[in-house]
Amino acid sequence: MYSYSEFDAAFVRERVAQFRAQVERRVDGSLTEEEFRPLRLMNGLYLQLHAYMLRVAIPYGTLNSHQMRQLAMIAERWDKGYGHFTTRQNIQYNWPKLPDVPDILDALADVEMHAIQTSGNTIRNVTADHFAGAAADEVEDPRPYAELLRQWSTDHPEFQFLPRKFKIAVTGAEADRAVIAAHDIGLQVLHRDGAVGFRVLVGGGLGRTPMIGKEVSPFVPVADLLPYCEAIVSVWNLLGRRDNKYKARIKITVHEHGIDDIRARVEERFAQVKPLFTGVDQALLADIKAAFAPPAFKTADTAGYDAARAADPVFRAWCDTNLTAHKADGYAVVSVSLKKQGATPGDASADQMRVLAELAETYGHDELRISHEQNVILPHVHVSDLTAVHAALKAVDLATANIGLISDIIACPGMDYCALATARSIPIAQQIALRFDELKLEHDVGPLKIKISGCINACGHHHVGHIGILGLDRAGVENYQVTLGGDGTQDAAIGERAGPGFSADEIIPAIERLVLGYLDLRADEHETFLMAYKRLGMEPFKAALYPDKDGSRDAA
Amino acid sequence: MPKAYVPKVVTANALLEGDAVWLTADDRWSPDMAEAELLMDAKAAERRLADAAKRQSEVAGPYLADAAATDHGPVPVHFREDFRARGPSNYFHGKQTEA
Repeated sequence: MYSYSEFDAAFVRERVAQFRAQVERRVDGSLTEEEFRPLRLMNGLYLQLHAYMLRVAIPYGTLNSHQMRQLAMIAERWDKGYGHFTTRQNIQYNWPKLPDVPDILDALADVEMHAIQTSGNTIRNVTADHFAGAAADEVEDPRPYAELLRQWSTDHPEFQFLPRKFKIAVTGAEADRAVIAAHDIGLQVLHRDGAVGFRVLVGGGLGRTPMIGKEVSPFVPVADLLPYCEAIVSVWNLLGRRDNKYKARIKITVHEHGIDDIRARVEERFAQVKPLFTGVDQALLADIKAAFAPPAFKTADTAGYDAARAADPVFRAWCDTNLTAHKADGYAVVSVSLKKQGATPGDASADQMRVLAELAETYGHDELRISHEQNVILPHVHVSDLTAVHAALKAVDLATANIGLISDIIACPGMDYCALATARSIPIAQQIALRFDELKLEHDVGPLKIKISGCINACGHHHVGHIGILGLDRAGVENYQVTLGGDGTQDAAIGERAGPGFSADEIIPAIERLVLGYLDLRADEHETFLMAYKRLGMEPFKAALYPDKDGSRDAA
Repeated sequence: MPKAYVPKVVTANALLEGDAVWLTADDRWSPDMAEAELLMDAKAAERRLADAAKRQSEVAGPYLADAAATDHGPVPVHFREDFRARGPSNYFHGKQTEA
C-alpha cells in the first residue's frame, strides 16, 4: 500500500490546523455560516437532518488494519459506535459534534487518512475496482494509477472551483466492477502492443440526468494519463454550465457539444499541457507502483478447506456466494457482507471493524477494501484460512451469504439522515431483505442487484440497478418509482421506468410481485433477472408490477 | 381563492451539536418541537425568522417549517420535519433516546 511522503503528511496536518482555526472562528462568531459552509465542505463536513456528518475518503477503497482500527476508535470516541460505508468507497460518521471534528481529522491524519475533497465542487475521491490487485481477471492493478490521480487532483490549483463535483473511477479488468461508465471520467487499464494505457470514457453520471459515459479515447498511453485528464477537466472547467447547477456536470457538456467536439477540444488542450508534464509524474508513478507490489503469497495445504466445504453446508453456501477467483494459486477474494437481512446497508459497528482489521492482519496480508456496493473485502485470503475467517465473521454477524443476491442492496442514507433526500431508503432496503429471507427465495432468485436512492441525485445508483427504486416526495407523501434493466457493468445501461410510483406500504409487495413474476418468466434457473429482462423486455415485468390495471394504473 | 396560510415554526440546527432545534416564544432554542412557538401569520413568521437569522453563534440554517397546533404543542405537517423531530428510523440514535 502507498504510504504518505513527508510532503503528504505535512500537507494533511496543515489542512487540519487550518480547519481547526476555521472552526474556532465559526464558534466565536468571526465567521458566519455562509462564510464557513464552503470551508467545512472542503473538509468533508456536512450539516444533515439530525447532526453534522463527516465524510472520510478511503482512496480507491483501500485500507490496512491499522486504519480500520482507527475508524473504529473514531466511531466509538466521537460518534455513536458505528460508521456507514458509502457507494463512493468512503466512510461517513453521522453524529460528530462540530468542536470535535478537528480532533477527528487529526486522528485520521495519524493513520494517513483525511476528508479533503470529499465534498464541494472539486475532484472527489478516486474510486477503483474493489478487487484490484487480487482478481483473477485483472489486466493490471488500477490502484497505482488511482493514487497518481489522487495526488494530482488533491489541492490542484486550477480545479478547486469547478462548475460542479467531478468523479473519476478506474478499473484494471474487462469486467467492470467500478461502474466506470457512470463517472465523469472512467478509465480502463489496457495493454496494447506491449504498452500500458487507458481507454477513457467521459461524461457518464447518474443523478437527475443519467448518462452512460462516451469513449473520448480508445487508448491513452500511461505517460499521458495526467495531461490527458488535466485537458479534459480543463476544457470542462471553462465550458461547463456555471449558470445552472443542474446542467453543470460534464455529462451535460458532453451531451450539448457532442463527443466529437469535446474530443477535439481535449486534444487541443492536451497539446498545450503535455509539455508542462516533464516526467516527474512518471518517476512518481514508479515509486507508487513499488508500494503496490503484490504481497508474498503463501502456499499451504487445501485439504482442510475441501473437507470443511463437504462437511458444513453453511460454510459451503458462504463460499459459493461470497468468494471470487483470485489471481494467486490457493487464494480467494472474500467479500464480507454488510447486508445482513434487516441491517442498514453499509453500516459496521466499531466491534465489527476491529474484527475485520484483525482478520486482515492475521489472514489477509493486512489489506482491506471497501466496495461501492457497501461491503468490505478481504482481498487476499488463502483458502486454508477460510474456515477460521468464516467463524470469526459469524461471531460478529458478518457471515451473511448473500453477495450479489436480492438482499445485497445498495441504499443511500435517504431521509433518515440526508438533508437532500426526498424519501427514506434504508427501511425499504431492510424490508425487502427481510421479506425475501422470510420467503426463503433469495438463493432461488439468484443474482439480482436492487439499488435504492432517496432522491434524484442517485447516490444509491438506482439507475444501474437491475431493479432500481427511487424515493420521491409526491404531495407530501413518500413515493417510490421503479426502474428495470439497469446495469452497472461493462454492459452499462440506464434502467427504464416501469410506470407510476408506489407508496411506502405498496413498494414491498410490488417488488415481491415483480420478483415472483420473474421466477415464472425465466427460461430456466440459469437465466438471471437481467438476462430475462433483456430477452423479454419491459411488458411482462410491468404486468407483474401492475396486475390490477395491466400497467395503466393512475399516476401517483 | 388565496391559499390558506399554514402556521409555521422556526427551526434550525444547533451550531455545536448539529441537533435539530426549534425557536420558542421566550427566545430559547429547544430540542423538543412541542416547545416551539407556533406562528399564526406570515408577517410574524418572517419577523421571527429574521430574529433567528441574527443568532449565528447558536444555530445554523434557520428556516420556516409548516406545523399544526395540538394540545401538546406544534407538530410537523410534512414527513421530513417529522423525521427531524423524531430521529432516524433505523436506530434509536436521535431524539428517540431523549424521549
